[in-house]
Amino acid sequence: MKPAFSVIFLTTLIGAAQGLFLALFTHQSYALFGLLPMQSDDFYGYGTLIVMVLLAAGLVASFFHLGRPERAWRAATQWRTSWLSREVIVLPAFMGVAFLFGVSHLFGIRPEIVTLPGGQVVDLSLLLGVVGTLLAFALFVCTAMIYACLRFLKEWNSPLTVINYILMGGSSGFILAAFYAVSAAPDQADFFAGWAIIITVLALIGRVASLIRNARLKPTSTMQTAIGVKHPKITQRSMGAMGGSFNTREFFHGKSDSFLRAIKPAFLLLAFVLPLVLLAISLSTPALLGLAFILQYVGLLAERWFFFAQANHPQNLYYQTVG
Amino acid sequence: MTQLALVIDLNVCVGCSACVTSCKEWNTSGSAGPLVDERPYGENPTGTFFNRVQTYEMGTFPNSETMHFPKSCLHCEDPPCVPVCPTGASYKRKEDGIVLVDYDKCIGCKYCSWACPYGAREIDEKQKVMKKCTLCVDRIYDMTMPEEDRKPSCVKACPTSARLFGDIHDPESAVSVAIREDGGYALMPEWGTHPSNHYLPRRKTKMKIHADELERADNPLKLDQQLPKPDKDQSTMDDVSAW
Repeated sequence: MKPAFSVIFLTTLIGAAQGLFLALFTHQSYALFGLLPMQSDDFYGYGTLIVMVLLAAGLVASFFHLGRPERAWRAATQWRTSWLSREVIVLPAFMGVAFLFGVSHLFGIRPEIVTLPGGQVVDLSLLLGVVGTLLAFALFVCTAMIYACLRFLKEWNSPLTVINYILMGGSSGFILAAFYAVSAAPDQADFFAGWAIIITVLALIGRVASLIRNARLKPTSTMQTAIGVKHPKITQRSMGAMGGSFNTREFFHGKSDSFLRAIKPAFLLLAFVLPLVLLAISLSTPALLGLAFILQYVGLLAERWFFFAQANHPQNLYYQTVG
Repeated sequence: MTQLALVIDLNVCVGCSACVTSCKEWNTSGSAGPLVDERPYGENPTGTFFNRVQTYEMGTFPNSETMHFPKSCLHCEDPPCVPVCPTGASYKRKEDGIVLVDYDKCIGCKYCSWACPYGAREIDEKQKVMKKCTLCVDRIYDMTMPEEDRKPSCVKACPTSARLFGDIHDPESAVSVAIREDGGYALMPEWGTHPSNHYLPRRKTKMKIHADELERADNPLKLDQQLPKPDKDQSTMDDVSAW
């Protein structure tokens, strides 16, 4: 498939945003039970502001994917059958709840809702945080299922796609949270960095697993089933278009095989290995966390490019020779 | 239930592309506006077509065979492109099974084209909406046309009658009979899309004539024996009478 930069930016930006939200709320939940010192409302509030900025940037990027963005509202109507439609509903819902979560912290609107038997006070921000967490996971699932549900794109049609979207978004968000904590709550940076290391290791395992799986895939469709002729040697002589068509532009990445082969180790290094090294060092030198986030973001852009480019659409069987 | 479809006889198709130009002409002149054409007379012409004729070669020269292969939307009975559409612009008509795009609802996200294993959908780069074969829905029900013209443009244009059009759910229709009796098959059956359009395979027509069949077996009076012919240098009656 041809990687669209609008979608690459959308999925990486909102992935980081969802991860950061999960990181902030994880901290608040720990703090609720006294496992970590509760931070000021400003820490969670301004952190959520970063979430909102990333989500908004992702939303803007997504509009560049549409031919007719003025009709985008219609995309919310087919949630019964379309994962894309579900994403269109869940993304603004998550934005809304994250916004309210931030407002509740920044303006101190935290009415008490219930007191747990252990004496922990559940207030509005916590309730919003729980709803936001559910929506963040729902959004990961929707985004990934857009690709995972297409059964003839075998590289995507796997539960690993969903798992990896969650893990890579989580990794990106927790590294960002650690970087944010360095300036906003320096003594909490290690908590986020520790989780970031765990999630990044899991993300690396998940991504390598999907690379191994994809390397062993055999195409289901062949030239023989495509045109219905049982002959071992079929050559296309003409595709019915001289100057290319939508079919030749949309379904091929347009780069050489060697470029594709070079991207794979590059994104594994940038998105997983280097951030892990920097995270390990950052436990003593926290200043490196910013570099870790930026390097990993570049790596995730490359990862997403590769994710699209690697998927081989069966329609390409019909478009091999201009003629 | 009706399921309109095309049946394309690959044994008859000569690859003239009359269906391609006729389709383009009809559908670029319709109420939905023109089908885009970029640089139509330039170096790299490109544009949106609903139907294309491709050519394949089987085997290695000199033991090779050429097949022309018209390809358009197959109007699948279980179309994977329809449920993925986020706006409902892509839909399959209940009354006749035609898969259509509502150009006024399409947001141009191209997701449906990703979900079609056949590459049957092409975006209109000017109107920024997805387009595809409509089975000439604006033609086959047009009561102002004489009945014999109420067929898809490609079917009317085919000079060899390689394209049949009809209801494949009606067991007595010409298309159903052709599929049943002439080995009609679907493309990429492995995905379970159940394409409505079918193809009839190429076949070689062979006839074996045995030597005894060249003579009348029942020939008691030897009337069918070869007449004696004069040698080339002998004079014949023609020579005598030619003066």
